[in-house]
Amino acid sequence: MARKITYQQAINEALDQEMGRDQNVIVMGEDVAGGAGSPGEQDAWGGVLGVTRGLYHKHPGRVIDTPISESGYVGAAIGAACVGMRPVAELMFVDFLGVCFDQIFNQAAKFRYMFGGKAETPVVIRAMYGAGFRAAAQHSQCLYNLFTHIPGLKVVVPSNPYDAKGLLIQSIRDNDPVIFLEHKALYTMEGEVPEEIYTVPFGEAAVVREGHDVTIVAIGRMVQKAQEAAADLQKQGIHCEIIDPRTTSPLDTDTILESVEKTGRLVVVDESHPRCSMASDIAGLVAENAFGSLKAPIRQVTGYHAPVPFSDALEELYIPSAAKIIAAAKSVKEYK
Amino acid sequence: MTKQLTRDDLLKAYRTMRTIREFEERLHTDFATGEIPGFVHLYAGEEASATGVCMNLGPEDHIASTHRGHGHCIAKGVDPVGMMAEIWGRKTGTCKGKGGSMHIADLSVGMLGANGIVGGGGPLVCGTALAAKLRGQPYVSVCFFGDGASNQGTIFEAMNLASVWNLPVIFLAENNGYAEATSSNFSVACDNIADRASAFGMPGITVDGFDFFAVYEAAGAAIERARQGGGPSLVEVKLSRYYGHFEGDQQTYRAPGEVQNIRDTKDCLLQFARRVTTSGQITQAELAAIDAEVKALIDGSVVKAKSDPKPTEADLLTDVYVSY
Ligand SMILES: Cc1ncc(C[n+]2csc(CCOP(=O)(O)OP(=O)(O)O)c2C)c(N)n1
Ligand SMILES: [Mg+2]
Repeated sequence: MARKITYQQAINEALDQEMGRDQNVIVMGEDVAGGAGSPGEQDAWGGVLGVTRGLYHKHPGRVIDTPISESGYVGAAIGAACVGMRPVAELMFVDFLGVCFDQIFNQAAKFRYMFGGKAETPVVIRAMYGAGFRAAAQHSQCLYNLFTHIPGLKVVVPSNPYDAKGLLIQSIRDNDPVIFLEHKALYTMEGEVPEEIYTVPFGEAAVVREGHDVTIVAIGRMVQKAQEAAADLQKQGIHCEIIDPRTTSPLDTDTILESVEKTGRLVVVDESHPRCSMASDIAGLVAENAFGSLKAPIRQVTGYHAPVPFSDALEELYIPSAAKIIAAAKSVKEYK
Repeated sequence: MTKQLTRDDLLKAYRTMRTIREFEERLHTDFATGEIPGFVHLYAGEEASATGVCMNLGPEDHIASTHRGHGHCIAKGVDPVGMMAEIWGRKTGTCKGKGGSMHIADLSVGMLGANGIVGGGGPLVCGTALAAKLRGQPYVSVCFFGDGASNQGTIFEAMNLASVWNLPVIFLAENNGYAEATSSNFSVACDNIADRASAFGMPGITVDGFDFFAVYEAAGAAIERARQGGGPSLVEVKLSRYYGHFEGDQQTYRAPGEVQNIRDTKDCLLQFARRVTTSGQITQAELAAIDAEVKALIDGSVVKAKSDPKPTEADLLTDVYVSY
């Protein structure tokens, strides 16, 4: 398993392999082929950052450019899913889901329950999230917590290329609506990814690093930051256990609770705003279910209750840093 | 109908278009150095649209803009020096460095903001227009949007709303042929965006967006009608963007030579200069003097932006609410 590819290539490969395996898999979105109706190349863009590049020619008719009509095409993907297609709708930036919340929250998420278990909606909605690109308030949000809040949706936040491929294949095969969120700062991250098809199951956290002093639960890109912090803390004699939930819905509560029962200390790292966040959700879960094991108050390292700022000077302050994670881990370790 | 353009108006129109062009060309050059944060969408090539429309507007009229907003900002009277600082992420910027290129706004001159969400402005101008109408004020609102945005539900809803409420709104479709890499021939189901006007019970017109005078007159007529209580209009201007969708886009989806050909034959500044000098209204020397002044202004704005301070930690959590 020596082959290394990027996060972005892993996503492309997952789409490619699943489209090859199942004719019902279609990819749609703005510029997912790119160049539709233009005099130049038909596959000029392959998505705004080139993630779907090359699929257009390999899977004729199944990589579909859309007008800028998110409510329209996301709803169409959901409708097609209801009749057995497996559409993967792409929305570039998760922020744009704001345009089509109804189709996601009130339609896709509700069908199964509302219809008494009769409907299946195997749609995947892919989007980029997260800060770090100086893309300002309308192109930098996390929002996985919004979707996690809604019963009926599954929410996937891969932190590395291996998981990105396995989780995307699982998302496509899953029979429920899945929100698949890709952190834009991870696109160039390289990692070992098997060439063959495999899946990573939902609701199974990865224990990324073992340790007995402090449990750090980190979401998406924050897993990287937690690893940086943990390497540093190790030198200072603090041994962190890092847990990557991989999916926020379903959430692997057992792995989190078991770890906290062992370490007695919890730091949750979540890039999103702090209120009603994954951080507060996980903190609440642990406070309620592992209170007796806690040796220190739970600490949350998050973004701020403010929109993501544009200026690099402010955005750097905004994003949770390894330094902040280190400070939080030390404070819980040293708590008396 | 549309106000006759005086010599001063012509000089102002030229200065505005030249300022936009210089601003964007300069950003094009500076962006390549990697010093400018984020991404920028340049308006170069489309100057006659923003200028032709905004020459019909006063400071109390409102416009909503797009991700490609620098030209609209300058034409509506936003200070280019503050804009440059904003794009460089400085505390002295129009929005204190918190918004950046895609979110430049200055409500004091009726500029409701560039917008990172395609189609976001349509409903907003219905609101500013409704306010003017309810208050009995003669102010109009203009929503600039692209061919790509023309397919967004918000734009359709806003057009219907504006008609139903008989609002003083101009829907100003800037059809530059592309939304990112996707051609409007593909994405827009009818021949012209303006054809959709009749479906919403308003007049629609398509004009040459390289021709300042054509835009000025068509927009002027629609704006005048709206001011008199005649309701909304859809004005489509056909034009072209000279640079990629954003800086760094190689534009492989466009035919080779497409942009150069347009620059050589249709450029709005060239056409304008030829017309006003041929007619004898303005001299080459006057235009050259404006070019030099504008260049100095933009040069100065860059020097200032580079040396201005960036926002600091104290700025991170201000401006989230008015009070909390
Ligand atoms: C709701 C939403 N969808 C998609 C995008 C991504 N996006 C930004 S600009 C753009 C193309 C817009 O094309 P058009 O309206 O023709 O304007 P132009 O760029 O040509 O000026 C797209 C798809 C967005 N910012 N917001
Ligand atoms: Mg366009």
